Amino acid sequence: MRNNPRKKSRLRSYFSHHLRTALASLGRLYAQPAATLMTAAVIAIALALPVGLYIALDNVAKLSSDWDGSTQISLFLHTHVKNSDAQKLMNQLQTHKQIKKIDFISKEQGLKQFRETSGFGDALKYLDSNPLPIVLVVHPKITGNKADATTLLVKELGKNKLVELAQLDVQWVKRLYTLLEIANRSIWVVSTMLAIAVLLIIGNTIRLDIQNRREEIEVSKLIGASDAFIRRPFLYTGLWYGVIGGLLATIVTLVSLALVENPIHKLALLYSSDFRLHGLGFVKTLLLILISCSLGLIGSWIAVSRHLKEIEPS
Amino acid sequence: MIHFDNICKRYPSGYDALNRINLRLHKGQMAFLTGHSGAGKSTLLKLIAMIERPTRGQIFLDGVNLNNISNRKIPYIRRNIGIIFQNHHLLYDRPVFDNVAMPLIIQGYRRQEIRKRVRAALNQVGLLSKEKSDPITLSGGEQQRVGIARAIIHKPLLLLADEPTGNLDPELSLEIMQLFARFNQVGTTVLIASHDLDLIKHTGFPSISLQDGQVAHNGLPFTVSNN
Repeated sequence: MRNNPRKKSRLRSYFSHHLRTALASLGRLYAQPAATLMTAAVIAIALALPVGLYIALDNVAKLSSDWDGSTQISLFLHTHVKNSDAQKLMNQLQTHKQIKKIDFISKEQGLKQFRETSGFGDALKYLDSNPLPIVLVVHPKITGNKADATTLLVKELGKNKLVELAQLDVQWVKRLYTLLEIANRSIWVVSTMLAIAVLLIIGNTIRLDIQNRREEIEVSKLIGASDAFIRRPFLYTGLWYGVIGGLLATIVTLVSLALVENPIHKLALLYSSDFRLHGLGFVKTLLLILISCSLGLIGSWIAVSRHLKEIEPS
Repeated sequence: MIHFDNICKRYPSGYDALNRINLRLHKGQMAFLTGHSGAGKSTLLKLIAMIERPTRGQIFLDGVNLNNISNRKIPYIRRNIGIIFQNHHLLYDRPVFDNVAMPLIIQGYRRQEIRKRVRAALNQVGLLSKEKSDPITLSGGEQQRVGIARAIIHKPLLLLADEPTGNLDPELSLEIMQLFARFNQVGTTVLIASHDLDLIKHTGFPSISLQDGQVAHNGLPFTVSNN
């Protein structure tokens, strides 16, 4: 009501007070490195777990989207069909509105491929004639309800007189997508539960902190500290836990990725794929730390709003 | 400065600590509050500092009806009061300087201003050389003086003290009282709860005596009014 410092210097002093409070909170954490690191490590693990699952799922989804584009129908023609007839059929099918592209695999090409990839190359020498049929590989256009449309297309193509067998392997793609959907939801459930766990951990840590500083809180209230002033250091402590936990979680994730990256690349090479593990990326790493900070702030806010009221001078 | 209008305070346990108290302490006055323990001295001070609220009646502090002050506004009322406790209520995790600086930090003063004022306050209580000491290393009298420095640093209108000399020998007690008298001389209103009647007589300031929650004797000069 009187003796108030002037407004401008008051604002400056407000910010410098915030800065000092933040640093003091950090200093308190630094003064107890073991306890701080343990709490932060628990937070980090709770965050790194869903992040790891997310990365795994994200990579599987990326991988399967490559396959999705390669959904194809193999038309095995009767063995007596000649190249010219097959060519005619191909030209005819190419005008089909549901077909994007057709690859022609002649008997000779098929034999060559078979020899190279099957490992039965030597056995083929003993055959008098080429037993392989001409194969037309049909790449359907992806439409809205692609699985059903493709199934109909397969049926239609199978009715052609020249075609002995029309084969589509779409079932496993469907199953994969369903599995991915389940995995996706499971990650959300796990993430939510672990986020609540982080809130509880931070809340409990702040609660203990409040109890330890009871005397200080009482005195501060007696000499006219506003609730916001008393709340502030605890909120900063929660925020710092979030920052440290988030950074640790990032490190844990990066180390884990580095550990599995090499073997996964080797495995991909064995499938003659140049697939490489995708990490979290810069933006999502930032998001992770942001989420961690928010959890820290919310957790401490819950603790502070519940427990500061209980401490009144008497 | 302080006006008690028919104040009653009953604690939730059913105990009547104060019963129909009417009091007026004018701006710039200094007075003692006496009475046996349990007479209601502490309760009266707590009502002024808004640590407790009255069950009935009204308290005016510098013209403001405290019944109209919401809990959220209490801190701003307390910033006009300096409170001194028997057990000092110092924080032992920080040096003397930081203890004394607390009220100014809370009110958002700038660093240079804080340093200047803390030095001045410590100088007034004769502890300038101890600003970097830990409170725990100080004697009882010195700790009490640190508490006083903290209570007066923000130049409050009103100084409340609850048994400030309770743990001190007579010589130190007198020193403390002289300190209060000096603050009173520069215009601060002072109200001190104490049961040390010899000391009170020695200082010559008027006293209000409480008995069983009622005013048994009011030694305040009624006629004086600079309101």
